[in-house]
Order: sequence, then C-alpha cells, then structure tokens
Amino acid sequence: MDDQTNRRNWMGLLAKSAPQAVKELCQTLSETHRFTVLRQPETGGVMVRGRTGGTGSAFNVGEVTVTRCSLRLDEGTVGHSYVQGRDKAHATQAALVDALMQTPAADRIETEILHPLRETRARQQAAIQLRANATKVDFFTMVRGDD
Amino acid sequence: MYVAVKGGEKAIDAAHDWLAEVRRGDPAVAELSLAQIREQMSLAVDRVMSEGSLFDPDLAALAIKQSRGDLIEAIFLIRAYRTTLPRFGASRPVETDTMQCQRRISATFKDVPGGQILGPTFDYTHRLLDFKLAAEGGSPETPTQDTPDLAAERKPHVMDFLNKDGLIETAEATDDTPPDLTREPLELPANRALRLQNLTRADEGFLLGLAYSTQRGYARNHAFVGELRIGKVAIEMDIPELGFSIEIGEITVTECETVNQFKGSKTEPPQFTRGYGLVFGQCERKAISMALVDRALRWNELGEDFAGAPAQDEEFVLSHSDNIQATGFLEHIKLPHYVDFQSELELIRSIRTAATAQADTRLAAE
Repeated sequence: MDDQTNRRNWMGLLAKSAPQAVKELCQTLSETHRFTVLRQPETGGVMVRGRTGGTGSAFNVGEVTVTRCSLRLDEGTVGHSYVQGRDKAHATQAALVDALMQTPAADRIETEILHPLRETRARQQAAIQLRANATKVDFFTMVRGDD
Repeated sequence: MYVAVKGGEKAIDAAHDWLAEVRRGDPAVAELSLAQIREQMSLAVDRVMSEGSLFDPDLAALAIKQSRGDLIEAIFLIRAYRTTLPRFGASRPVETDTMQCQRRISATFKDVPGGQILGPTFDYTHRLLDFKLAAEGGSPETPTQDTPDLAAERKPHVMDFLNKDGLIETAEATDDTPPDLTREPLELPANRALRLQNLTRADEGFLLGLAYSTQRGYARNHAFVGELRIGKVAIEMDIPELGFSIEIGEITVTECETVNQFKGSKTEPPQFTRGYGLVFGQCERKAISMALVDRALRWNELGEDFAGAPAQDEEFVLSHSDNIQATGFLEHIKLPHYVDFQSELELIRSIRTAATAQADTRLAAE
C-alpha cells in the first residue's frame, strides 16, 4: 500500500471510531507531543449525497455533523482531521494522530492507538454480521394449482 | 396576515416555565437521559434525523427530549440548528452496494444471492402488547458463533441480478452537480435529483398517504419491493487540503428499490421501471413510500399519461411534503390576528347592516 492509501485508512478509521474510544487511547499523547493548532476544531455540516436508483446520478440526501481540525507538531509535520459528530477533542486528537503517523513515532501510534481502534471496529462489525446471519431466511413457495 | 403585538412578556415567561415543568413530568419518576432516548427510542431518533435533514443521533435525542416527544417540533429544532452550521462541502455519493446490511429483503427475488436477511424487524410479530416490557426487563441474549468472514458478506444490489436480461431500466450516472433545496428555493419543474431530495426529507405520513393512494388506483404503478436494505455506509469526501478523499464518517440508511410494471410508451419499450427511496436511519415505511411516490412522479419522463392523481402532480407533492413549512403556515393562524380580525368584523357588520336594510325595504314595499 502506498502512503496515500495508508493515510486514507487511518484518517477514515479515526473519523468513524467512537469519540470516547479515540480520546481514551490518546489521553497521554498531547502531554508527550507539543504542537500548534493551525485551525481550531470547528463543527460544520457535510451534505451527504446518494445515487438515483443506487447507481445513477447524485442527489442530496441531508447533512451530517462533522468536526475538523489542523495542527502542526513542533518538529514541523502537519496533521488534519475530519471526524463525524461534534466532539472537538476527538477532532484534535485525530489530527494529532494523523501528524504523528507521518513521523518516526508511527509504529508506536499504530500499535497503541490504531490497532485497538481497528480491533474494536472489527468486533462491532462481526457482532452485527452474526446477528444478521442468524436472521437469514429461506422462503419456500407453495405449489399453486389443483393437480 | 400576522401582525406584531406588544405585551404579554410575563405571561409568556410563565407559560414557558410551566412548559419546562410538564416536560419534566412527575419528579418522582427518573429523568430521561439523552443516551436512553438515543438507544431506546432509536426509530424516533431516526425519523427526526431524516426529516430534520441532519444526521446526528445525539442532537436528535436532545430535540426529542426538548419537544416532549412531539417529533415535528423536534424536527423543527433540528432544522433550525442545521442552518447555523457552516457547510464544509458535499460527500461523494454513498455506495449502497458496499453496505454492511442489517436487513436486506426482496419481495421479487426469492433466492437472491447473499440471502434474505430479516434483521431487527417488526414484520411477523403478532402486534400483541408485550407486558413483559412493562416489567423491568433483562438483556436479550446475543448469539455466539464463529467470527464471520466480513469480506464475503458484501451484498450486491438485487436489481443487478434481475437485470441480467435487460428487462429493467438502468439508472445511468452523470457528473452533474445535483441541485440543493437548502441553498436554492424549490423551482418547478424539478428534475429527479431535486424531487428525491425533497422526498427524502418529506413528512413520513404525507408520503405514506400518497404512496397508498397510488396502490389504491390513483396513478397505479404496480410496485413490488425489488430490494429493501438497511445498514451502515461510509461517507467519503474530497478534502482540498489533502488533495484526496477520505472517509469522514459512517451513517445508517434505508434504501428501497421498487420494480414497477410498465407497458411501454412512445419513447420506451415494455420493461420494468424503478422507483427509488433512500432515507437517513432505519425508516423503512418512509423509504418504500418514497420509492412509490418517486415512480409516480416520473410519468412525464417515461411518456405515461397524466391521470390527474395527486401523487403524479409534482407541484402538489413537492410543495406540500415538508412538515416544517406546513406546520409553520398552519400553526401561525393561532397567533394574534386581532387587527385583521377587527377589519373582518367591521366588514361583516357593514354587509349585514346593508342586507338587513334591504330586507326591511322589501318588507315595507310588500
């Protein structure tokens, strides 16, 4: 995987993870790493689009709340975040993780923060899948007619 | 016409204090938390998000609490909040074929690859009150099995299978930027993208009534549910400062595709046509209604006759579907109208005097 794919992956993971989970795992990060906030965490809306008929042209469905933040580590690396919801600390921590993932600290961040988040997500998805599979049904059609 | 009035501040404050008190109800009963509403009144939360046109379950729960469970009032609060948010941009269209389905059924294709998944549904329940819920309930059991293979669980759209013979119209993608009702006022005639935006935030009851009217024969279009699916989809947006797109969140949506009989017209061969519904949250009655109304509104594009049915009338449907517009106009008539009414009173009195005088003259002449 190239750098961009990796970055998309971790940014997406941080955006979709529960704010509480991200904040708990990142608790010590802002104490150990110094940074300057370039863009204060800001909450806004993103217009979600769908496709006509599932495959056709786009139409607007409605908005979703999103919070974004940008910051620069003292050593110069810039981190960005766009996370779902209105939690400003979530956005700040996600931007910090994004910055650190571009530095030699990446391996440690991967193990201590991203890996547990990925595991949690996989567990949640598996739980839904189990539930869904248990409700999978086979319908039998009755024979029609009189002979 | 509404005219400004002065005074009443004290009474209004007292009314709002009382409102706060009745909202809380009996203080001997524990207060509802937002988390309780979000988790246990989740379909009400979904409806408020869908018609409020803003996906944020915590805000919807707050709105429901504040409005004492009046969902249209809650939707009003969400719409008002929504206007205060800066717009960061628009997402790429969500790809519903990548959805992790909690529910996925087809009424037309029994043996659909990937299977029919009932999900957490009210279908097949007996609609008998469950008095076990009135008592303090325990937690339901969760099934334990081997970890499923998530990659193998992707469910393609049912329409793709049904369309192997080319008997169903296809929805082709274009790069057009869709019109946005929240930025430009509704202009008619509307294209399908604008109609769909209007319908997805429309009042569920209004859409249900219209959809039902098509089933009963007012512009009947013989709809079958080709597929109904509910689950989470990722939202992806292009981020200018990055120069590429990332996933910025994940939302639950309900999607309904109908297959409709179509005899063909001057422009189209006989084939199955489609109606489409896509709604925030788990709102399946609304998604099915939306698909039926969407199909009814397509009469012109498909070269069908206008039967004069309400569900076919774009102006009628799109102008009356929004419950916030509707309730705003409807409820304003209860606000002070004294000046107007004073003039109405005087008008009636003068007409009446004239009529009585005429009658007296007629009597005298006889």
